[in-house]
Amino acid sequence: MSNNATSFLEVKDLVVEYTSEGSVIHAVNGVSFALERGKTFGLVGETGAGKTSIAKAILRILPDPPAKIRNGQILLDGIDLLTLEEKDMRKIRGRRVSMIFQDPMTALNPIMKVGKQIAEVIKLHNKISNKQAEAEAGKMLELVGIPAERFNEYPHQFSGGMKQRVIIAMALACNPELLLADEPTTALDVTIQAQVLEMINKLKRDLNTSMIMISHNLGVVAEICDDLAVIYAGEVVELGSKETIFDRAAHPYTVGLFSAVPTLDEEKERLVPIIGLPPDPSNLPAGCHFHPRCPWADEACERESIPLREIAPGHFCRCIKVSAQEN
Amino acid sequence: MTALVEVKNLKKYFETPRGMLHAVDDVSFSIERGKTMGIVGESGCGKSTLGRVIIHLLDSTDGQIFFEGKDITHANPRQLRKLRENMKIIFQDPYSSLNPRLTVEETIKEPLIISKKYSAKAANDEAERLMNMVGIDQRLRLAYPHELDGGRRQRVGIARALALNPKFIVCDEPVSALDVSIQAQVLNLLQDLQDQFELTYMFVTHDLSVVRHISDDICVMYLGKLVETCESKELFKHPLHPYTQALISAVPTIDIHHKKERVILEGEITSPINPKPGCRFKKRCTYHTTQCNEPQHLEEVLPRHFVACCRVREINHI
Repeated sequence: MSNNATSFLEVKDLVVEYTSEGSVIHAVNGVSFALERGKTFGLVGETGAGKTSIAKAILRILPDPPAKIRNGQILLDGIDLLTLEEKDMRKIRGRRVSMIFQDPMTALNPIMKVGKQIAEVIKLHNKISNKQAEAEAGKMLELVGIPAERFNEYPHQFSGGMKQRVIIAMALACNPELLLADEPTTALDVTIQAQVLEMINKLKRDLNTSMIMISHNLGVVAEICDDLAVIYAGEVVELGSKETIFDRAAHPYTVGLFSAVPTLDEEKERLVPIIGLPPDPSNLPAGCHFHPRCPWADEACERESIPLREIAPGHFCRCIKVSAQEN
Repeated sequence: MTALVEVKNLKKYFETPRGMLHAVDDVSFSIERGKTMGIVGESGCGKSTLGRVIIHLLDSTDGQIFFEGKDITHANPRQLRKLRENMKIIFQDPYSSLNPRLTVEETIKEPLIISKKYSAKAANDEAERLMNMVGIDQRLRLAYPHELDGGRRQRVGIARALALNPKFIVCDEPVSALDVSIQAQVLNLLQDLQDQFELTYMFVTHDLSVVRHISDDICVMYLGKLVETCESKELFKHPLHPYTQALISAVPTIDIHHKKERVILEGEITSPINPKPGCRFKKRCTYHTTQCNEPQHLEEVLPRHFVACCRVREINHI
């Protein structure tokens, strides 16, 4: 899967570290995955797992310092983004790759008209007049379901769902090939979330945009992704197609996530929480980083770091207990 | 069985520069002892305001609140002090609801000392007991909130709410700020405490999966109005109000093999300021007709299943 020649984006062995008050925070520890053109790849995990750091590394917008990309390659159509000059990277940001940020309340400039904010992106990447850019921005607003008459309004005049749609319009303004969506619906109400997800799905179909979807919500991932990786303590612990992960979750952390959430699909008398807490990323446990919380762990799990293995075609899992568990 | 908490025609309006904001508008329901009433709705529907009015953190505009059969709507400060020992709240955000200058022990002890029922020694012992009850290690006794993770902070909030053995606790989005693996730990704790002490909960949340899991009965609110109420199981089996139907269908499911029929609502939630009489949902409702401009009243459409929608029978073929 990771060496597939048709891959549009390939992240290889990415390592991101933050330095804080003398200690090193291991945010992303050797993450690899690949995304085909027109597909959506999900990154699932809890707060602090390193999902957003991965997305920001792809766009090279990690704040340095404190963050440093220590290792890895990010190949977009075969070109390693990590080796590009900043001025070349600028041509890619917003144009070929763009990002939808999590919080619509803070991602917009409060003292700039929403239409202008979209036009600014278009103007930056295209040699066109202000007027043309504004006309184009008006069309983008319509595309995400906001009447173009609202071009001259300010963010505070919009509801949360509408602000998020403005951000999506901005991200899509230059028709990017790759969209990084960082929890795009987490701040929204469910009925508005349903509208936004529906819209993202439609835009993906119409424009054939490839997408990386970051979410902690398994339902959202089920709805929108083709393939996904489960991230724990900066590592991919399980990777495969949506069907594989949702039907045959193998890694104890993935299995734990599924039993910890209440759902509308089935009745659970009692939830089964994952015991303990996520590890301190500046002091990760030796061996498998999940072993202190894992119901299956024994001494072998603490001894050495665990490789990601292909346990079935296209299904990767980072656990030495798994084949035994599956039988 | 008598209700522990009952509200009748409760209203809470806020004055704003643009007019009266109807946050809670003519809401009536009751909660039986030892049960959990889930209050569900989207942001701005008045669910948190409702919880705060019931426990007198906000004054009501109109209507009545009963606790153990007594009308407490206009309780005086002395009566309130007594009442507040029995009615507590757990807040959503464990990061901002704890005093950053108090240690875990001081936070939990504060209500005990204010009550004047405990000597210094007894308060220490009681705080220790409460910490054990909610699963906070004794070594964290002298820790400050910033030293704790979200799950532990929420446990401190729960321990403080349990001080003085209350009968009724308003849980206002108590797990929304927590990661899923921690969320399950806190939900289980709340259920265990309820079983142990026969607590009555009013559980306010926007998360339908959580509310279904924890509640015996549910009220669905939309823009200050109670639009549907019944047993939790019944609500998810037979949602009758068009808003409830849309709300439930909007929740993304982890069942990847059965795509469910989804009702996508058009438009945004209308403003709760100076609302017109008539159904507040009608602008987003696919079934709306001129009938919907009349005020809507809760009606028992099926046994113990109340809905405020004039077309409910027609739509659901009842």
